[in-house]
Amino acid sequence: MIGVQYGITALLFLLFGFSLMILMRWQLAYPGQPIPFIGSWFGDANAPGGIMLPEFYNQLGAMHGTIMVFLGVVPLAVGAFGNYVVPLQIGAPDMAFPKLNMMSYWSYFLGGVTMLSSFFVPGGAANSGWTSYAPLATIATTGQTFWLCGMVFLITSSLLGSINFIVTIVQLRAKGLTFMRLPFFVWAQLVTSFLLLLAFPPLEAASVLQLMDRLLGTSFFLPSGLVVAGQQLHVSGGGTPILWQHLFWFLAHPEVYVLILPAMGIVAEIIANNTRKPLWGYKSMVYSTIFLGFMSFIVWAHHMFMTGMGTVISAFFQTTTMIISIPSVIILTALLLSLYGGSIRFTTPMLFATAFLPMFGIGGLTGLPLGLAPSDIHLHDTYYVIGHFHYVVAPGTLFALFAGVYYWFPKVTGRRMNDILGRIHFFGSFIFINGIFMPMFIEGLAGVSRRLYDGGQQYAHAQGVLHWNVFMSISAFCLFFFQFFFIVNFFWSLWKGKKVNSDNPWEATTLEWDTPTPPPHGNFIKPLEVFRGPYEYSVPGKAKDYVPQTEPEEV
Amino acid sequence: MQVPYTVNTRNDTGLYNAKLGIWLFLSSEVMLFGALFSSYILLRVGADTWPHGYEHLNIPLGTINTAVLITSSVTMVMAWASLMMKDFKKYRRYLGTTILLALVFLVIKGFEYAAKFEHGLYPSTSTYFGIYFTLTGLHGLHVIGGIIVNAYFWGPGSRMWKTDPDRLTHRIEVAGLYWHFVDIVWIFLFPTLYLL
Repeated sequence: MIGVQYGITALLFLLFGFSLMILMRWQLAYPGQPIPFIGSWFGDANAPGGIMLPEFYNQLGAMHGTIMVFLGVVPLAVGAFGNYVVPLQIGAPDMAFPKLNMMSYWSYFLGGVTMLSSFFVPGGAANSGWTSYAPLATIATTGQTFWLCGMVFLITSSLLGSINFIVTIVQLRAKGLTFMRLPFFVWAQLVTSFLLLLAFPPLEAASVLQLMDRLLGTSFFLPSGLVVAGQQLHVSGGGTPILWQHLFWFLAHPEVYVLILPAMGIVAEIIANNTRKPLWGYKSMVYSTIFLGFMSFIVWAHHMFMTGMGTVISAFFQTTTMIISIPSVIILTALLLSLYGGSIRFTTPMLFATAFLPMFGIGGLTGLPLGLAPSDIHLHDTYYVIGHFHYVVAPGTLFALFAGVYYWFPKVTGRRMNDILGRIHFFGSFIFINGIFMPMFIEGLAGVSRRLYDGGQQYAHAQGVLHWNVFMSISAFCLFFFQFFFIVNFFWSLWKGKKVNSDNPWEATTLEWDTPTPPPHGNFIKPLEVFRGPYEYSVPGKAKDYVPQTEPEEV
Repeated sequence: MQVPYTVNTRNDTGLYNAKLGIWLFLSSEVMLFGALFSSYILLRVGADTWPHGYEHLNIPLGTINTAVLITSSVTMVMAWASLMMKDFKKYRRYLGTTILLALVFLVIKGFEYAAKFEHGLYPSTSTYFGIYFTLTGLHGLHVIGGIIVNAYFWGPGSRMWKTDPDRLTHRIEVAGLYWHFVDIVWIFLFPTLYLL
């Protein structure tokens, strides 16, 4: 149940975060023109006459990033799918600590409310980017304090959640379910939980230090002699802004893998199920995931090549960054090879899952030039960076999450989502999401900075590529339009969708399809024992093309 | 269906759920304080001048506090051991002592803070005092958290002795692990802030 609460809250936050982006896209394509229809809603402090002020644009930018990452994708990928699917897939009656689970959700909810309420304080919401770099964030308006407090709630929620996940997976596996018989999704969640557990506390520490800076006048992140608006700041000084960046990216790089690993897990489940084949190279995928988890802790400074670190340090982080791309490539290659020779069923979840592969591929490959300091110095802080990480997270992770919603919807509700609406949603999203992010590479290579609220109008050398702004914005509006097909489908199917005729509508092998639909309190009604690996599809000599994990060996 | 392994240990892992949970929690706490200690090092290395702790802080009081916390860790173990030996009265006595010692620690710490404020030394005075107040303050919050948990197990939570003694013993073991961690953090804090 908590999984479903998480899911709905997170989907709402995703929609809200997306709406903020729609406002920004209007401003980028048509700077200085009033926002149509809803421009008057934002008040004179933000958008006099419906024309967006730069300060308001900054708030939208910072909050879009924060909401999408911390309130949308992570709670959906980990909180919702992890909470709902993991106990089912390992044959557990519930999470190991149900009360902790509840606390985790409400802590997340409080964090979300804190973030949203910050729009209404003087000066508006946090406006120093989702990275909250010091010293800018330290001297920013009150919204930043709300942002920090909100983060403390969200971090607490993630910590409680990750402890719960690890204990559940280690302790509550059903009889016979050894680690190498776990579905890949469970492995992905296990590694993700370790990342959350160990990477989030440094950001909590950093948030505490920044709160001290803001509220008690310390200067952990403030250097001596800082001049703000022509006035020297009266602080003791002696701090270092780079420290914030180190602490922040020590979290935020593992965070990237927190976003992507559950997505890979979902895609793996769906591909195995819809190709009617075992996953190609299951073990190498598992080991790659673990290796990825380790490596993600020693690459963080590749976000900081511009801070003037020495060549030795920069060489170290370039090397680790190149190494960490290897396990991702292994996983992606294994998923791609899994398609080969399969009798593929192109269901709606499968469409999203197959689209994930090239989209994440583009996201990953465009990351390589950013991981090497010489090319990064040119591309740093341009639209190229935005294009890169959005390809990983938007058509990558989000597509996988949509795939997961379509795939597990029958388990949660006992009804299927409509296929035709699902296909319209898929093709519309697929076309227009590329329409948004592909031109960003072009603009970025031309050197357009990502921070300009007018889309780069004053850039003389960028005039040749600026016409793409309109193209991208129209794509964004169209993408927004196609999400309505998902929303309508979601609610329509909830009450009117076609009922499933069995507990296992996709003819899948893993344990979550071995319970009644929807699962009752305690999940399983009979004692479980597992006899085989997770993906025994099309086993030669069997009558059916799938063998559930609970089916005993024939003697 | 009940969640399994809340009381009994699972054979292949040798753990009950809460024990694994608290170790994971402590590992994240290590990362939290690890990040703060690393910040301390970076700030100190990068600073033009950095005072020696013994010039500003009261070493005798700090030493007493170290002894107080270590003693409270011992009584915490004794409380758990008493439960293992089925001696509920002794358990109450030892856990009560642990709570009292923790309160003594906070009172002494309070005197130290008050003395600093009297001399006009605040977190904003210098980065050294900033990190001193942040680290000891955060540690103090952990002590308060421990007092709340232990007080619960001393008072209302101890009723579980009648219904589920094994589970209460486990709970005290887990609370004890946390309490030792709080103690260890102080053992690192004391030399770092007071002596170096």
